[in-house]
Amino acid sequence: MATTTHDHVSGPALQHHYDTPGQQKEAATLGMWAFLVTEIMLFGGIFMAYMVYRWAYPEIWAAAAPHLNTPLATLNTVVLLVSSLTVALAVHAAEVGNKRQLVTLLLVTILLGATFLGIKFTEYGEKFAHCAGYASPLAWATGGERLGEAECLVPGKGFLFPVAAASAEGGAPAAAAADAAQPGMKSPHQLFFFLYFCATGLHAVHMVVGITVMSVIAGMAIRNKFSPAYFTPVEIGGLYWHLIDIIWVFLFPLFYLV
Amino acid sequence: MSTTALPSNYSTNSATTASAWLKSWLLTVDHKRIAILYLISINVFFLLGGMAASMVRLELVTPQGDLMSADMYNRMFTLHGVIMVFFFLIPGIPSVLGNFLIPLMIGARDLAFPKLNLLSWYLYMGGGIFALCAAVFGGVDTGWTFYTPFSTSYSNSNVVLTIAGAFIMGFSSILTGLNFIVTIHKMRAPGLTWFRLPLFIWAHYATSLIQILATPVVAIALLLVAVERIWHVGVFDPAIGGDPVLYQHLFWFYSHPAVYIMILPAMGVISELIATFSRRRIFGYEFVAFSSIAIAILGFLVWGHHMYVSSQSVYSGLVFGFITMLVAIPSAIKVFNWTATLYKGSISYRTPMLYALGFIGLFVIGGLTGIFLSVVAVDIHVTDTYFVVAHFHYVMVGGTMMAYLGGIHYWWPKMTGRMYNEAWGAISALVVFVGFNLTFFPQFVMGYLGMPRRYHVYPQEFQIYHVMSTAGSSILGIGFIIPLVYLLLSLRYGKLAGDNPWDAPGLEWQTSSPPPTFNFATQPIVTEEAYAFHPEAAIRDAEAWQPGSPL
Repeated sequence: MATTTHDHVSGPALQHHYDTPGQQKEAATLGMWAFLVTEIMLFGGIFMAYMVYRWAYPEIWAAAAPHLNTPLATLNTVVLLVSSLTVALAVHAAEVGNKRQLVTLLLVTILLGATFLGIKFTEYGEKFAHCAGYASPLAWATGGERLGEAECLVPGKGFLFPVAAASAEGGAPAAAAADAAQPGMKSPHQLFFFLYFCATGLHAVHMVVGITVMSVIAGMAIRNKFSPAYFTPVEIGGLYWHLIDIIWVFLFPLFYLV
Repeated sequence: MSTTALPSNYSTNSATTASAWLKSWLLTVDHKRIAILYLISINVFFLLGGMAASMVRLELVTPQGDLMSADMYNRMFTLHGVIMVFFFLIPGIPSVLGNFLIPLMIGARDLAFPKLNLLSWYLYMGGGIFALCAAVFGGVDTGWTFYTPFSTSYSNSNVVLTIAGAFIMGFSSILTGLNFIVTIHKMRAPGLTWFRLPLFIWAHYATSLIQILATPVVAIALLLVAVERIWHVGVFDPAIGGDPVLYQHLFWFYSHPAVYIMILPAMGVISELIATFSRRRIFGYEFVAFSSIAIAILGFLVWGHHMYVSSQSVYSGLVFGFITMLVAIPSAIKVFNWTATLYKGSISYRTPMLYALGFIGLFVIGGLTGIFLSVVAVDIHVTDTYFVVAHFHYVMVGGTMMAYLGGIHYWWPKMTGRMYNEAWGAISALVVFVGFNLTFFPQFVMGYLGMPRRYHVYPQEFQIYHVMSTAGSSILGIGFIIPLVYLLLSLRYGKLAGDNPWDAPGLEWQTSSPPPTFNFATQPIVTEEAYAFHPEAAIRDAEAWQPGSPL
């Protein structure tokens, strides 16, 4: 091993401070795994807050969750799971050196990611449209159909949880009890929606980052940067994408299927 | 006599124009240059934090509030806390000494991710600029802990800007930790097994684990505070059923392990200093190595001891208190092993060794008072008094600060190729030690007698202690200025150090001083355990001794 520093065998992508491509790949992979751990701890803080408040207000959670758009979120879950499949296939395509397949699969992944964000955006838009008094984002934009019963699920001054709906689902007595215990306290329903917007918002930010990463990798693939000997960025980019998926897999049941 | 030129090294520059020179530093990916960037910026922040501390101490000379208003005083101690914690203590040793030395000590050419390393520095500076902007535009008055609901609902100061600074700095910390972990795992020289690593590396490994696991949690906690403050809705708002104490849990889940981010690298430095200047392998090497890991793990289980008076249940207080006492075990393992290393060692009292010995004394006081404070009953008695302030300054300043200065002196010849002035070094080490004790020991006494922290007016009876403390802080300030002067002078007038001025066995001493850009001319191969001092090293020391040289 007593070689001098600069004349060691070097592949096209081997950086100067590594000895072998294998060492470089192992370092990159370990680095990504360590980063994923920090991501889990980041979301861990929000999950902790979720646990604390769900423990404190179980009935309110039960009453609030049905007000989220579960069909759209289910569709989103499917979209995201399929995108994980395409990423896994892309890694395989890179491994066997099939450039056309790799680029196609990466582009499909990006498209699916964008679809997810689009659906998410519609979901948020619906909540904001309700606050503005319209039935849907489309109606809001065109000044169309008004919302029947006043409702505003965006946390803030205008927050208004529909009491009738809550009582129909058996949540009102608890809310009333909470009000009776601490008069003047606003409805803790807001906590649920605050956590919902924070957690899914943070997740959406990660999706944006993930799409950017995938676009860069797709660009590298188009410029023939990868070969069966070197495709580390595809692999660790894929790891990041899978993590985003896994976080959604936890967010979905926690918020929509309570 | 000694101004001959240094050999070409990492800091020599082929740039001919000023902008090319600037680029070669600001866009460098060389871990050594980045360490120098950190050294300069961290010391600037340290001086700023020190100035804020001097203002606080100056105000406290008299019992009345004559220098500042209460509001100004709040902003001043918050500035001191935020800068010292987030911009000096947490990045201090890892980013300067760790960055410079980890690749050298393990025989690598650079850290695993050099560009990420540069990004860390930019994030650090970005965070620093946010925090300084917050200070310039009126400061922040929440204390460095940003407790809710004060920080979210009531404070009329730049909370969001400061939080943004701490948040951004957090990512710098995470990336540094991630870089170190991967480097230590994957970049070691052939033959350098885990149990041949210097203890400095073990300590930094443990630190990095804490950095990547704990920092994201405070990031999300601070993010929630910022969201709540900006949009006036949030999870910590009691008006909608939220729980402000949840913030304290999330905050201390990071901020208690963060004190180990500060002290563990310091312990790594001390292990190196003690070994070199007593010419012995660290006694109980494996125990010292694993005690670092043990401290990192236990550190995650004790955050509740910051919250004994926060409505947390007495029973969880007892459990947290018990686990807190357990932290004393690995800490004591280190201290006993260092003293056992000194036993029958060939000790020389060079400047770094003076700092190391000072560290042991001050850390013992800081650590033992920590055990007092882990007891719920005692802690409730002295909660939010100067007793607590004195305790954590003994650990943070007496521990981390002493190790930082000792480490800077010890590796100065490696970093710059020149020796500092040994006589001034010894004098400043003693001045720091005396000034430190005069500043903080009276705080134990007045804290025990009931002087609360964060008050700018106080009863007459405490004045004598405050005057002593302020006098000590000015001595301490002089103790920091002296090294600044002679270290800078040594850059020009210092004797050439040679590759291995301390006759130490670590890999970092086998390359030239300062090291070339790629660290080692040939890939080093390790065949010995760490601290393998040759038996004749002590004899050579004795022969080289002459009247007037350090013992």
